[in-house]
Amino acid sequence: MSILEVKNLGINFGGLRAVDNFDITIDQHELVGLIGPNGAGKTTVFNMLTGVYQPNDGDILIDGKSILKKKPHEICALGIARTFQNIRLFGDMSVIDNVKVALNSFYQYSVFDALLKDRKYQRQEKDTHKEALELLKVFELDGYADYMASNLPYGKQRELEIVRAMAAHPKLLLLDEPAAGMNPNETINLMKTIRKVRDEFDIAILLIEHDMKLVKGICERVTVLNYGRVLRSGVTDEVLSDPEVIKAYLGE
Amino acid sequence: MKNKKKLSPVIQFALTVLLIALVYVIIQLMMNAKIINRYYSGILISICINVILVVSLNITTGFLGQLTLGHAGFMAIGAYVAAFLTKEVFSIAGPIDFILATLIAGGVAMVFGVIICLPTLRLKGDYLAIITLACGEVIKNILLNLDITGGASGYIGIPRYTNFAFAYIFAIITVYATYALIKSRFGRVVMAVRDNEIAAESSGVNINRVKMLAFVFAAFFAGVAGSLYAHYIGILEPKIFDFDKSIEILVMVVLGGMGSIKGSVIAAVVLTVLPEMLRGADNLRMLIYALSLIIIMLFKYSPTLSSFINRFRRKEKVS
Repeated sequence: MSILEVKNLGINFGGLRAVDNFDITIDQHELVGLIGPNGAGKTTVFNMLTGVYQPNDGDILIDGKSILKKKPHEICALGIARTFQNIRLFGDMSVIDNVKVALNSFYQYSVFDALLKDRKYQRQEKDTHKEALELLKVFELDGYADYMASNLPYGKQRELEIVRAMAAHPKLLLLDEPAAGMNPNETINLMKTIRKVRDEFDIAILLIEHDMKLVKGICERVTVLNYGRVLRSGVTDEVLSDPEVIKAYLGE
Repeated sequence: MKNKKKLSPVIQFALTVLLIALVYVIIQLMMNAKIINRYYSGILISICINVILVVSLNITTGFLGQLTLGHAGFMAIGAYVAAFLTKEVFSIAGPIDFILATLIAGGVAMVFGVIICLPTLRLKGDYLAIITLACGEVIKNILLNLDITGGASGYIGIPRYTNFAFAYIFAIITVYATYALIKSRFGRVVMAVRDNEIAAESSGVNINRVKMLAFVFAAFFAGVAGSLYAHYIGILEPKIFDFDKSIEILVMVVLGGMGSIKGSVIAAVVLTVLPEMLRGADNLRMLIYALSLIIIMLFKYSPTLSSFINRFRRKEKVS
């Protein structure tokens, strides 16, 4: 069964039909791209998938169950985690604490455990720390663990967002322009990391990206969005060489 | 910078306890030897009460990042509940009555924290400030118009159980509990909500529950402070707990630093002592007080001063 199934998704902002009749299916272990011109509705789709916006039409199924009307934190618990186009880190907290926030729901000591600093608290805090550090190591960010998140260089901040999303133990990871603002070298590194994340954690990834090198390099399938509608959907190379896609987005 | 020697946590803890005990013993000895007279010991108790109020308000305003202007309301509830309990209900033994009443007062303030928090969960910034301000005023006016509270003429004859020892211990407990909360998973999610609500939600944090926790925690200690106050003064009038009181606490939080417990304690001490020291200045008292606030504010955020202080400070982890 597919992890994510989206049927006829649509949303209105006042009189504007921002997304219309959007369909997508993502299977286990897949790496799918979502591309299209600016303002096509890509981030809006992400916001509907994560419960930030409520769609007006259609349905979103995770593992066959609808997530409509669910709150973002409930959807996160069901297995969708995301990063943001405009970075949204917890800026005044340390790098490792950013990751620990996303680990919060997996450690359930009570307020009283925390106030008494009892065994349970100490054991779970130790485990939290260990797990957070291991996640940071995947992205070679462990050396920055005690830095304030807002003091990290831009590229590292993007990576930290991915680490934080991974800490929520997702089945499906949504990446919103992960390579934005990165130089070519950083982008190549990022491609490797994204693939590594997919393989090591065995998750599916849906990503929005304008960098076609990255999309061609790692996405197995892409869906092209234009004016809120799906223009083409299919295997990456075929879609990207489609005349209509070239006309609408890539340029001749 | 990073490799500075760090004491082991056990020794650190022992040192802290020792220091806390030492301060207590010294002050108590000075009291016994009459070096500290009644007037000064009164100020010391006020300091402790203010420390409790400021540190607890810092949880919602500093760590959760929600501007609340109704802290005095929770304090009022604690004060009246505890005073009623010790005066009319309990009669086991003075100090035990007092401790029981204080804890129950905190609990009742907590319940009110939930009641006020529930409808305000969707509000942010200015709107939340206005609603909490209104709630504080509502509580004050209810107290003013109830028969049982004695209305404007005040609730009198409250046994004066609060002494320095009680005030000191409760203040220490408040500071400890706040530290413990902030350093735990709860503190992390509270600060995450402050830094970015959408990101916190998308990381699986139940924002409403976190806000509730912070509000309730702060309300409990405000209630405790109210009880200490009631049993220190011996008479309660609703007008003590008006808007000015909330602002006074907020000023201390802001001057001490949003999200800094140490700062809150220092601000509570300084801003309690300062007006007392200015009593000699008579008419000019409030003017000088206001001016000193402005000067402190200017100095605190002056880059020269902060770089000077940073030279002596170890690289602090996020607190």
